[in-house]
Amino acid sequence: MKRVAIIGAGSTKHRERSPEQSYREMIFEAARMAYKDAGISHKEVESFVTCAEDFTEGYSIADEYTPDQLGAVLKPMQTVPGDFIQGLATAYMMIQSGLFRIVAVEAHSKYSNIKTPNEVAAFAFDPVYNRPLGFNPHFVAGLEMNRYLNDTGATATQCAAVVVKNRKNALKNPLAAYGAELKISDIEGSEEISWPLRKADVSERADGSVVMVVADADAARSLSKRPVWINGLGWASDTPGLETREWGRAVYAELAAKMAYRMASIKDPAKEIDVVEVDDEYSYKELQHLEALSICEKGTAGKLILEGKIAPNTSGGSLGMGHLLEASGAARTYEVLMQLRGDAGERQLKKADAGLAQSWRGVPTTTGAVIILGNS
Amino acid sequence: MRRVAIVGAGITKFVRRAQETGKELSFEATKMALDSCGLTLKDIDMVTLGTAPDAFDGVHMKGEWLSDGAGAWRKPYMRNFVGGGTGVFAPIHGFFHVASGMADTCMVVCEEKMSSCYPHPQGAFKTIFDHTLEQPLNPTLIWIFALEMNRYMNTYGLTKKDIAGVSVKNKRNALDHPSAQIPENITVEDVLNSETLAWPVNRLDISPASDGAAAVILCSEEKAKKITDRPVWISGVGWNIDTAYWATKDLSYPRYVEKAARQAYEMAGIKEPHKEIQVAEPYDPFSYKELHHMEGLLLCKKGEAARMLADGVTERTGNLPTCPSGGALGVGNPIAATGLMKIIEIFLQLRGEAGKRQVPGNPRVGLAQAWGDLMQVGTVVVMKS
Amino acid sequence: MVLEKFELKGTGLKSQAVKDGSVLTMPCNPKLQYSWDTGQAVGRYLDGLKEGKLIGKKCGGCNRIMIPPRMFCELCFKDTGDWVELEDTGKVNTFSICHVNWDASRLPQGALPHLPAVIEIDGASEGMGILHVLGEADPKEIKIGMKVKAVWKTANERAGAITDIRYFKPLR
Repeated sequence: MKRVAIIGAGSTKHRERSPEQSYREMIFEAARMAYKDAGISHKEVESFVTCAEDFTEGYSIADEYTPDQLGAVLKPMQTVPGDFIQGLATAYMMIQSGLFRIVAVEAHSKYSNIKTPNEVAAFAFDPVYNRPLGFNPHFVAGLEMNRYLNDTGATATQCAAVVVKNRKNALKNPLAAYGAELKISDIEGSEEISWPLRKADVSERADGSVVMVVADADAARSLSKRPVWINGLGWASDTPGLETREWGRAVYAELAAKMAYRMASIKDPAKEIDVVEVDDEYSYKELQHLEALSICEKGTAGKLILEGKIAPNTSGGSLGMGHLLEASGAARTYEVLMQLRGDAGERQLKKADAGLAQSWRGVPTTTGAVIILGNS
Repeated sequence: MRRVAIVGAGITKFVRRAQETGKELSFEATKMALDSCGLTLKDIDMVTLGTAPDAFDGVHMKGEWLSDGAGAWRKPYMRNFVGGGTGVFAPIHGFFHVASGMADTCMVVCEEKMSSCYPHPQGAFKTIFDHTLEQPLNPTLIWIFALEMNRYMNTYGLTKKDIAGVSVKNKRNALDHPSAQIPENITVEDVLNSETLAWPVNRLDISPASDGAAAVILCSEEKAKKITDRPVWISGVGWNIDTAYWATKDLSYPRYVEKAARQAYEMAGIKEPHKEIQVAEPYDPFSYKELHHMEGLLLCKKGEAARMLADGVTERTGNLPTCPSGGALGVGNPIAATGLMKIIEIFLQLRGEAGKRQVPGNPRVGLAQAWGDLMQVGTVVVMKS
Repeated sequence: MVLEKFELKGTGLKSQAVKDGSVLTMPCNPKLQYSWDTGQAVGRYLDGLKEGKLIGKKCGGCNRIMIPPRMFCELCFKDTGDWVELEDTGKVNTFSICHVNWDASRLPQGALPHLPAVIEIDGASEGMGILHVLGEADPKEIKIGMKVKAVWKTANERAGAITDIRYFKPLR
């Protein structure tokens, strides 16, 4: 197989609102940063991928509005209605086929423009079996959290520790929207959304856009001083049905990790991976995902985090940076990239040669992806 | 590069309103594709699904909802989307799964259940227009087709009569397709006398709204040779998108289709498409679109497709048969499934298995094409036996 | 494989079966609401419409004068330059005579057809059109290439929307 690298990245600040920018202007900003970072012009990008869903864009065919702000007019451009890491996987396969050398991948959120977000989220439920219940969509996370805590012995306090850690980390991240110094009691004292899930366990949403440029080894070496190599990729979907899933486990993350580890020849992820960025749309998800990724033993993630023995999500995660819809996996990948390049500023880890980013597509899906990046 | 073959196919009937859910339609097409080549789901490494707007099925993130119907349970699974061009893009997305070496087998499924959008799927199209500058004018989808068709006719001096023959040919061809929704023997006069919806577009110039699904199985060369002695190879792929500012470009010619076609031809080593392509399935959601697309595909010179139609060149017995399946106009138009139906038609034609629809002369090279978004996207697959 | 040898699935229902309830359906009328950030370029365009003006923007790279205006040129991929006030006249690039509503229902008998058109705006670069509608026009007399002029709402009625132009009428 060829080697494929990420050679450039751009990210706007994640913000609660972005009223002075249209989605086009916001994406253009990120794309321009990414191309500059890669040392290329838009003309050198051979193909483009945007990760977006119609109803979060508010268009029936969101694909129409993808090309202009990426410089993709009259180029091969596609939408992956999926997470950013799935978009990276698509770019990876295109380059691996030998037909393309340089591909750009984009994802964004203009969440602040959605005035009925719970209606949109609930519109993803099975129209006959589940939607007529009319529940707030977070109830699915409540069901899952309850079962996860029950099966593993993890506690709500441990989940609260995730929130405290991530929002604190975000204070050191200039891209983050929700940095804060909080106490565990602040989380445990916040209102119940769908017991055992509390308001502070749920990441707030943000607006923002992330673009990355992916290239084959030849282009990467000639264009970039600091290519970061894609050593592993995995993605998987478990059942979409609420009635047929294993509520305590993140099976999709287990499968995606297995695929990515095999590809990257990783035997002992806890030892071999220095930088870990996992999906934390809900606090308990960070714990469940860390275990699914074999970063720690099942049922131990919460304890290890509470005791400060592991410290994933230096970026602040979605809890600290703001959830960016399909670009959330992009924000995770972006942090791994910055850490591996030594560009993480105050957050910089001493040893950062191999990293992992993981995404989940949110309620009610059971789809997730994993990417393993390396400096070699 | 690894060669990629199509080894099996499945399709449902195309109907105005299916009793089956979108998941069930996906399942039926997927199951038939497996049965057609003697595989089971265990043999499938990865799955990609193409389906057009969520607004049709009325489910947000409908790729997720459809996943188990498409056989994706606990597999690497993604959805791909380029508007109406999706049906021919889905096998391109699948192609990269296999050509990259990530998968040896990839299931490609396309589904559309337009009838869920009530009272009429046209309603879903209002929100394809720019939300700030166009939607306040209450546009309908038919506007842009009418605007483009008028510009096309005006540029090349064509009349509605010159174009109506596409509907006649395709609806007649569809009489031989077992999935067909509206096969019919009609005349040019019938088309011209049918109700005017948005001049110059009449009722019989338009493909229907439909429910349906289709699937194909893609394999590496090594696998394909174990499964079938008649693989059909994906020899060229191309896709292209033009600006979203659709009103600022020349509507008389689909330059994005030309770009997509050139990409596919270069990969397939095709130098003179009008001579080398032996059977074609250009996308025909509206009658003029088949002609427009033949020109973009470089199967004839600009403005000359209508002459080929009139001369019978594009009949099944002609030198360059187009839409021998019956096309979207005759078989029906469940958007993404239609594109894959066209891929399946070329697959069968190149294997000599198209039954009554078979074009003579043992064709060895064919293409399928779809189109989408706001007069914007071209997707092309060149196939060889 | 030959399609004819398979028993193809897919059960067609008559609309009547849904209407009379012999086949059950699960209705859903979602309230999906959005409020768009217009951004700098379109925001200024809308301000212009409120003032009764059409405003474009020029790209210093390719020298195109673009409508609707944009902060970046999608071809040169760089910031655009000066704002340019355009004429409120133009020529018809293409048009249609439409007898159906946006939801595919037919206009009432005797109603005037809708007249959507792409109008190339004077002062913008060749071929730069916008979608709008024609009015005060006999459908039989509309021609491609015909000169037209905007008919504006009164200043009090204008809200900063594309509908601040009621329609474009033929210039005689």
